[in-house]
Amino acid sequence: MKKLVIGVVLVNLLAACASEKPKEPEVVAPAPAPVMAAPEPVPAPAPEPVVEVDPLNDPSNILAKRSVYFPFDVSAVQEADKPLIEAHAKYLSEHADRKVRLEGNADERGSNEYNLALGQRRAESVKKMMVLGGAMPGQIETISYGEEKPLCTDHNEACWSQNRRTDIKY
Amino acid sequence: MVLRVLRGMLGLLVLVQASIAYAGLSIEIIGAGEHQIPIAMVPFGGDASLGQSIYEVVVGDLQRSGLFRMVDPAGKLPHELAEVSYPDWQLRGADALAIGSVSKQANGRIEARFRLLDVVKQADLGGQVVSARDGQVRAIGHRIADIIYEKLTGDKGVFSTRIAYVNRQGQHFDLVVADSDGYNEQIVLASNKPIISPAWSPDGSHLAYVSFETGHAVVYVQSLYTNQRKVLADFRGSNSSPAWSPDGKQLAVVLTRDGSSQIYLVRPDGKGIRRITFSGAIDTEPYFSPDGEYLLFTSDRGGSAQIYRLQLKGGLEQRLTFGEGNNYSPRYDPNGKDFVFTHFENGKFQIAVQDFQTGQMQLLTGGGWEKKPSFAPNGKLILFASEARGRGILATVSSDGRVQQHMFTQSGDAREPVWGPHLF
Repeated sequence: MKKLVIGVVLVNLLAACASEKPKEPEVVAPAPAPVMAAPEPVPAPAPEPVVEVDPLNDPSNILAKRSVYFPFDVSAVQEADKPLIEAHAKYLSEHADRKVRLEGNADERGSNEYNLALGQRRAESVKKMMVLGGAMPGQIETISYGEEKPLCTDHNEACWSQNRRTDIKY
Repeated sequence: MVLRVLRGMLGLLVLVQASIAYAGLSIEIIGAGEHQIPIAMVPFGGDASLGQSIYEVVVGDLQRSGLFRMVDPAGKLPHELAEVSYPDWQLRGADALAIGSVSKQANGRIEARFRLLDVVKQADLGGQVVSARDGQVRAIGHRIADIIYEKLTGDKGVFSTRIAYVNRQGQHFDLVVADSDGYNEQIVLASNKPIISPAWSPDGSHLAYVSFETGHAVVYVQSLYTNQRKVLADFRGSNSSPAWSPDGKQLAVVLTRDGSSQIYLVRPDGKGIRRITFSGAIDTEPYFSPDGEYLLFTSDRGGSAQIYRLQLKGGLEQRLTFGEGNNYSPRYDPNGKDFVFTHFENGKFQIAVQDFQTGQMQLLTGGGWEKKPSFAPNGKLILFASEARGRGILATVSSDGRVQQHMFTQSGDAREPVWGPHLF
């Protein structure tokens, strides 16, 4: 849904650009040069408004993705998720004041305590990759909810796969 | 072996299905013991005048143990020894007979006098007087059931003991202490964050548990008498899985302060922390042997979750479970000869027991969603978490796997049950 909205916005922008014809140069008689006794100090040009969009808040940025998913009983980061984690690592390395909390989760299979440990390790493995990618360890806190905070509570793989994850929370 | 037990249980499922339902809680009993003692129990004289029937509590306890078959008194209602005619009861097939009466004392206490008779030998096995404050009538029933159980089986009864568990309703969590039959619930801690892993101190005076109320897993120790509590372990990451040593002088906990989940020992005041496993893998769910010399625990150091044993003196570690599947949540039998755990194979979680000497595993349940077993202090019953009708429930199974009991709490999901010790 989100992607669709972004697409529509982009198309509108392009349409707006296309409809704007370049203005034709107007021929104007040169105004008489003002008579000045002394050059007045020219006011410094107003600084252009610096619109720095935090990439964290840009929904089209990879940083908008904040969850990393895992297979059953696995805590190693999957190949497909590496670019995402590396992007967050780069962001953290460029924003030393930002802190992040990694929340590991597990599906309900296994014991509660084992899943708590597994969730912790899922958070740790994301942290490790972030530190390799340039983030400082002090920027990252890792915790685990184990199986205690499921996004989905049915007893099936479609549900479990959503619960095996590490959430990246800024 | 496993198959045989399972088949036996399936056969028993249709044999007996008793159901006792009260207002808040309902209990279903499935199966029957191999050698059940036929016992007749006559409703105590004066019992009907009490708000809570003592007779019902005693019968419920005896039935849940799976070791007794209740014989219908069929019209004979003696309350005194002089009124008993043994042939009446031999005719009804009873081996034992319990009679008695209850009354309210001048000081307001409820007093029950009861007597147990051996019908076969036509002998008086003795009488006792049990009394309690009004409002603790169930406790009288549990005490009487304990006495009957011990006299007829030779083992100490556990009906007067208590259990702890967590009841979850949406995002609300209650840490609950209740009687062994699930009644008389008391909320020890209410929270809108998860609570897991309650653990009884050996004298039953304190509970250690894990609460997420500050945003991550922290271990607390709380007095059940004063409700005062203190933080046992609050380091970075997760602090969890408390287990008391049999002498109550230290606890094993799992911390991630040095990296992965490893086992540490700590005194009940939170001091003297000492790391005792160094695998770098997941080591969790420590549980002390009855002699305090070993710890059972769960580890995935071999590539999958299995049960290991650590000798505390010397540090020798040994893997105990092999074969297909994963294994979790080990707990010693109070006799030290075997241990109970959760076995996961082919998508099913079942309660299993394994003998230390033979290494033989035996499945005790066959439903597929049974977890977190703990022995009653006499080793004859195992409490575990199960699921029925879409809800988390408490259940027990006799240590031979023959009799199961399901306890439905009023609402919500009951989880993380643990059986408490004998109280003296």
